[in-house]
Amino acid sequence: MSDETLHNDARRRFLGGLAAMSGLALAPGVTLISPARAEGASSDVRWGMLIDINKCQSDCDNCIGACAAENGLKSHGRPTTDPQWIRKVSVKDPSSGNEKSLPVMCQHCANPPCADVCPTGASFKRADGVVLVDRHICIGCRYCMMACPYKARSFVHEDIKGQKPHMPRGKGTVESCTLCVHRIDEGRLPACVESCETGAMVFGDLNDPNSGISQAVAKYGATRIRADLGLDPGVMYQGI
Amino acid sequence: MARFGFILILTGFLMTALGSLPAVADGVPVPTLAKPLGEQCVEPKDFMRRNHMDLLKHQRDETMREGIRGKKYSWKGCVECHAATHPKIAEGKIRTLYPFCAQCHHYAAVKIDCVSCHSPVAQGNEPMKFSTMEEEEAQKLLSMMKGHLGEEASQ
Amino acid sequence: MRMLEIEGNSSGWWGLIGLFGLLILIALGSVYYMEHNGHWVTGMSNQVVWGTPHVFAVFLIVAASGALNVASIASVFGKPMYKPLSPLSALLALALLAGGLAVLVLDLGRPDRLIVAMTHYNFKSIFAWNIYLYTGFFAIVGVYLWFLLERKMNKHSSKVGIFAFLWRLALTTGTGSIFGFLVARQAYDAAIMAPMFIVMSFAYGLAFYLLVLMALYSWTGRDLGDFVIDKLRGLLVVFIAGALYMAVVQHLTNLYATEHHAVERFILLEGGIYTTAFWIGQVLLGALFPIFLLLYPGTRNSRQALGLACLLVILGGLAQMYVTIIGGQAFPLVLFPGMEVSSSFFDGQVASYTPSTPEVGLGIGGIAITLLLVTVGVKFLKFTPETLGDEAMDPHYKAE
Repeated sequence: MSDETLHNDARRRFLGGLAAMSGLALAPGVTLISPARAEGASSDVRWGMLIDINKCQSDCDNCIGACAAENGLKSHGRPTTDPQWIRKVSVKDPSSGNEKSLPVMCQHCANPPCADVCPTGASFKRADGVVLVDRHICIGCRYCMMACPYKARSFVHEDIKGQKPHMPRGKGTVESCTLCVHRIDEGRLPACVESCETGAMVFGDLNDPNSGISQAVAKYGATRIRADLGLDPGVMYQGI
Repeated sequence: MARFGFILILTGFLMTALGSLPAVADGVPVPTLAKPLGEQCVEPKDFMRRNHMDLLKHQRDETMREGIRGKKYSWKGCVECHAATHPKIAEGKIRTLYPFCAQCHHYAAVKIDCVSCHSPVAQGNEPMKFSTMEEEEAQKLLSMMKGHLGEEASQ
Repeated sequence: MRMLEIEGNSSGWWGLIGLFGLLILIALGSVYYMEHNGHWVTGMSNQVVWGTPHVFAVFLIVAASGALNVASIASVFGKPMYKPLSPLSALLALALLAGGLAVLVLDLGRPDRLIVAMTHYNFKSIFAWNIYLYTGFFAIVGVYLWFLLERKMNKHSSKVGIFAFLWRLALTTGTGSIFGFLVARQAYDAAIMAPMFIVMSFAYGLAFYLLVLMALYSWTGRDLGDFVIDKLRGLLVVFIAGALYMAVVQHLTNLYATEHHAVERFILLEGGIYTTAFWIGQVLLGALFPIFLLLYPGTRNSRQALGLACLLVILGGLAQMYVTIIGGQAFPLVLFPGMEVSSSFFDGQVASYTPSTPEVGLGIGGIAITLLLVTVGVKFLKFTPETLGDEAMDPHYKAE
């Protein structure tokens, strides 16, 4: 028997088996995830966050825990290399003794230095203002971490297992707060905002003058961390 | 010159003939693919077999960079249907890509990078909780599975 | 002037090959260890993201650009004495760049994605430009070397030499701008970083070149006369002084701006290891003492003193890289100027960093790659003149 016939036989058996299995798959199907946003992000929208520090309690870290739970961030007991997407920063004025505490995360700048310096373009700003890391093309050079004035980014220093399906992350790439794009794309709030019990954190569309966040900023004003750098962050604070 | 050519052709023929013998040809077990959920895949089988990688890559850029979600070819969508239970993986309690994707990828020796970041475990309708023991077992077997699916080159 | 390969048969030569090969193997083992386990096994962290490998890599890349200087002096500035020295200079430049890039690439979080890095470019990033500048350097110096070594093309070598000279000014500007373009950090964000790196490259490159030249001629028993040595020695003094001047200007300017007082206080006074590395490493051992050795009548004519000076310049260069790269990251980012800041992510604190063994192993491996390439290169191609003795090189030579 020629070798070609043997190969064909093996191929036919394989295909036949597949066809049979497909034919037998009669179980009621699990529908695919319903499309949330078929159109994608648009520059008509600019997502932003407003944090009222006067309402932020120094001993509360709900937002930190919520972020870690939502995104599957696990501590390895190594604080210098563990990921930290959001943290509470205590600020004390040495001359007056006045102390405040505020959550700091990626500020989602309109002119992000991290996106400027990324050699492959993995660090980028989405059309709706969310600054993200495209981990498919991130080479792990950490230049964006050097460039970020807010120390917003973390490098994944070890193997990761058990990732959340909505938040793929892996060793050797850089990551930071995503403004919970997987949530906001479905019309939900970022995990930190949802977990805040005092209402200190407000999320919304800065391009919409009628949104809650725009109205609050227009009425009470807001400041940005290191506004002098001219990066136009999307995260603003009241009470610094 | 002619004699050399003849020897070359003869050697080639012998190697092909030997290589086609059953004992040698069936070095890697032919894949046995688990039943995916649903009635059919998003595209015809033949098309998917040849092009699923391109579809996934295209979709990933749409989702990542443009925020277009839930389209036909999302990774998560693939996992939700194609993940299946396997008696050797956490006693059949979790659905993973081992019984489907890994089968052909192992057979074709195509290593992919995806599962180093993207969870190959289907979450179903709510996240599954494991005891530490089950989690450890699952992780161990997931590592074994990752070898078949192809870990990132640096691992 | 006859160019000749070295014999390359001695036990010494094979010993060098063995040594460099071993160091490279250790480096590869270090890389495997770091990649397999993840970077948590190194001293680098989310605070100090670039560590010892980058210190070595940037040093080697900067030195690579400067090592081509000797060839440039011949081709661009038309000094005939330097013509026989040119091929070795070009070889060393290529070898240094190869070593530096190897270290840089092997420390990436995803070095398997090098193809991605070479196919996806964000041209606002100086890093992306550097990829072109570095690979272009290989091509241009390769062509330059070909023109230098081939009799037919030799008369055209000046044109390529000028192109190579301009290219490497761009390359070193790009390397310095990696830091100069960073607005975020107090120790960077300075226009002077680019020209400072250029002058540093002259000093490091020439020091490396001199060490290689002296070692090569001494170990092969070839003549290396005082005429050549004297000229290169004079150049080295100028370059070291120039690099020191740039550093002085950088720190003086920062000291004038109240905004930068904290970081200057850190580097110059209170930074512990960084202060030591700056004053003892960069300034004293890397600049002042070598200048003294090269000018003081008692030592200026001694080959040993010259060798020591070159070595110290190199070590001082590594110290300067350490202060710049690691010290610059150790100093905390200023989010709230004038305020005392603390957090779980080490805000407001000086970051701690200790070089780990695999990082040092990788860095040294880079130097080993460079020296291995040179050692092998001079055996197989005619990079080196048969003699650099005074009677061949000195136009005013009088036999005694």
